[in-house]
Amino acid sequence: MFDRRLIENFDWGFLMVIFFICCVGLVVLFSALTAGQEAGAVSSLFKKQIVWMGSGFIIMMILMVMDYRELDKLQMFIYAFCAGLLVIVLIFGQISGGSRRWLVLGFFRIQPSELMKIALIISLSSAYSTSVSQTGINFRKLIKPAILCLIPFALIVDQPDLGTAMLLVLIAGSVTLFVKVERKVFFSLLVTGLSVIPFFWFMLKDYQKDRILTFLDPERDPLGSGYHIIQSKIAIGSGMLTGKGFLKGTQNALSFLPEQHTDFIVSVLAEEWGLLGISILLVLYFILLFWGLNISYNCRNMFGSILAFGITAMIFWQIFINTGMVIGLMPVVGVPLPLVSYGGSSVITNMVGFGILLNISMRKFSSH
Amino acid sequence: MTEFGKNPDREWLKQRIIGVSVCIIFAFAVVFLRFIYLQIIKGDEFRLLSEKNAVRLTGIKAPRGLILDRNKKILVDNRPSFNLKIMLEDAGDVKETMTKVSQMMDTPFEDLMKKISDAGKGAFYKPVTLQDDISRDHLAIIEAHKFDLPGVFIDIEPTRHYIHKKTASHLLGYLGEVNNDELLSGKYPNVKTGDSIGRYGVEKSFETYLQGKRGGRQIEVDANGRTIKVLKTVEPITGLDLKLTIDLDLQQIAEKMLEDKHGAVVALDPNTGDVLVLASAPGFDQNDFVGGINSKKWKALMTDRGKPMTNKAIQGEYPPASTYKIITSIAALEEKEIDIHTTAYCPGFFRYGNRVYRCWNKNGHGEISIIDAISQSCDVFYYQAGDKVGVDALAKYAMGCGLNKKTGILLEGEKKGLIPTSSWKKKRFNESWHRGETLSIAIGQGYDLVTPLQMAVFIAAVGNGGTLYRPRIVSAIEGSQGNLIKEIPTESAGKLPVGKKTLEIIQKGLLKVVDDDRGTAKRIRLKHVKIAGKTGTAQVFSVKSGEKLKTEHLDFYLRDHAWFICYAPAENPVIAISVLIEHGAHGSTAAAPIAAALIGRYINDPSAEEIEKNSSVEETQTE
Repeated sequence: MFDRRLIENFDWGFLMVIFFICCVGLVVLFSALTAGQEAGAVSSLFKKQIVWMGSGFIIMMILMVMDYRELDKLQMFIYAFCAGLLVIVLIFGQISGGSRRWLVLGFFRIQPSELMKIALIISLSSAYSTSVSQTGINFRKLIKPAILCLIPFALIVDQPDLGTAMLLVLIAGSVTLFVKVERKVFFSLLVTGLSVIPFFWFMLKDYQKDRILTFLDPERDPLGSGYHIIQSKIAIGSGMLTGKGFLKGTQNALSFLPEQHTDFIVSVLAEEWGLLGISILLVLYFILLFWGLNISYNCRNMFGSILAFGITAMIFWQIFINTGMVIGLMPVVGVPLPLVSYGGSSVITNMVGFGILLNISMRKFSSH
Repeated sequence: MTEFGKNPDREWLKQRIIGVSVCIIFAFAVVFLRFIYLQIIKGDEFRLLSEKNAVRLTGIKAPRGLILDRNKKILVDNRPSFNLKIMLEDAGDVKETMTKVSQMMDTPFEDLMKKISDAGKGAFYKPVTLQDDISRDHLAIIEAHKFDLPGVFIDIEPTRHYIHKKTASHLLGYLGEVNNDELLSGKYPNVKTGDSIGRYGVEKSFETYLQGKRGGRQIEVDANGRTIKVLKTVEPITGLDLKLTIDLDLQQIAEKMLEDKHGAVVALDPNTGDVLVLASAPGFDQNDFVGGINSKKWKALMTDRGKPMTNKAIQGEYPPASTYKIITSIAALEEKEIDIHTTAYCPGFFRYGNRVYRCWNKNGHGEISIIDAISQSCDVFYYQAGDKVGVDALAKYAMGCGLNKKTGILLEGEKKGLIPTSSWKKKRFNESWHRGETLSIAIGQGYDLVTPLQMAVFIAAVGNGGTLYRPRIVSAIEGSQGNLIKEIPTESAGKLPVGKKTLEIIQKGLLKVVDDDRGTAKRIRLKHVKIAGKTGTAQVFSVKSGEKLKTEHLDFYLRDHAWFICYAPAENPVIAISVLIEHGAHGSTAAAPIAAALIGRYINDPSAEEIEKNSSVEETQTE
């Protein structure tokens, strides 16, 4: 039966942090979408984003009813379902911007690669929870996680969506290092990884090499991503300490950045609210991440602990890659900023992740 | 060692979490410091840049590749076009500026304002084109007053230029502005709104090679929008050049002789299938299409009865008339229904059932065998031969000779003509075939339809010993330094269904068409070069039997089509030609002289000039 203790243990603080980030996100998104439009016209995308966030909260609540340990049993099914969607998207997916990543379902469309992140974290947590040891994980026990990671990786690279594929590897790598691998495993992986790269490089076609080089060095493409980085830096820098004010961003209004409501949204925040605005968002994210780590630490169940860490890692990498890209420290990749960038799949995926974290947090004292 | 079970070891977990925390703090510190650097240390600099909207992107159009003839003479190149544009952001008082521009350009003020309002909201930060390709005079005025015209500038872009007006217009084709559907289709990844793509001819078929790759510049501008410095440049990549198989001189001779006529001329190299001439008349001026054709000119082209927008060489389907007798001969000889000695008696008509089929020569040819039947084009001989072979066997040979299917030339819209069979008629009209119809088919009338290109490929094969070639119009794709990028090989499309002996008989007959004093094309005999060919006169309007109308009395559009197909020199051909003149009445007078003139020029026989000059003068009854 439903345990009264669960409600007593509900993590209101965490929910508040999420709520505040959503608020900041909506304010910035409003700016990004209203820029250059006639006064009073509220973009339909803004309304959609509110609907996505609302749906996200509802899904988050529903997820709390079921004990997260059920996920351990269902993990293979969830994984297979998401992998299946990735295969379907390669065949029937909608092409936009040169890659095939969307699955159109009636009036809305989803990006299965987003959902795959959660599925992979659950499956990895399940696999590692039985194989953790004080000295670290050995080679044999890494085979299954490696396969779990490679399948979606290959499917997403094929779309092609280098950003999400990279994110997947970073999440899986973080979780693996978190549970600790044997020292010799760590070094041999490092060495084989480094030696395999040149081999793969020669197998690539010229245009693929070009794409990866541009991805690593946007300056190679001064008319595309190189230009976006410059405009992004101008937008951020011109915000200075206190910003130009709400809806007063000029770079923003010029629509210089093609993805200003998705991937480059930080530049809008930085321009209009300055370093102060950026500080507020970074502090909120900082609290969010440490809250997540705290949930992982307090969980009395190995599966739950790894799972909580994995989700925290997912959030961290999105924040780090997105901001890193916008300030010119990272390759230009399509990784959205959690709860701030426009995008239904991203909002839902992150909300599902937070739902699982809340779930684990609520049940921290009930261990089996 | 602690036993690791479902419950994580506290110490172990603590150690892991601390490690992770350090990483996160470090990462956040890096990001935060970067923001401080951009917003505080470099903040003033970036604020200034943002206020001027100082860093902009401008595109550089890539020139298209050139189109050259077989001797590397340039047919199509690019010329600079001076396009008048405005950057609204820098314009200040747009109305005032436009009033000035309207005076300088002699363009109504309303038109200019409409261009600006049509460009839409997003246009504020993108240049709007006021007028493409302005004249040198206007250019001078604008340049002289450019400091009174804030935001207005001249953009120099490469524009297509067809050097020889109206030459090979159907073959070369033209360009048109890319439309939205094409942009969204993903077929043109390097094309942007406002760019032109090939719409017709080789400009279209070879679009992917001709099209270059756009370049662009990152520039820093001052408050008036004038460039202060170029930050980065990506040079455009010029498109690749096409080397055609066309011979410009021959093409122009053919077109000159087609002037004021409706028709088509195709000349091939019989040993490769290279297209030396591909002319269709009337033509059009491709330069009219550069920068968009105006609707008046377009309407005139579309309503012209001569159909200038149809490439008659590949899209015109005509009854082959007497030229088809070559195929009937092949079929009858190969099917062993006749041999070289078989004769027929021609009294000037042929009675079949209760109908009378007439020979063009009402006096009759008398006793005649195949070689003379070819050279004098005796209808009665072929009524009998065709009847023996039958419609389906005839069709089998016709199709073997490349008819009823496309030749595979790399131009859009090629037609395949029609060769009827009894099953075709059943399917099409649900009627059985009458044997009498075979008689019309045998002399190339009735349902038979062919294109001038098909007949050129066929006669080339007869001349070269039996190889049908796929006509080739582009022999190589070259880089701008003349370096070979890709060679397009010649391609055989099969062999004529004919034995060596049969072919020799046919060739002998074709030679006598010109070389014998009773031959139907004796008038185009040249001094040095021997021509082998066949005339044809395709009925458009059937004259009732017994009546004999003078051609001049028929309405132009009811007059017969004139054919001449040939190759030369007869012994070792280097050129094969197919000429069709719509409503030209007689193959020997309207079509053959064009072929003779081309041969004379190509193989250098000055006696052809006489024929060239006289071509339109005399008009006598031959066939």
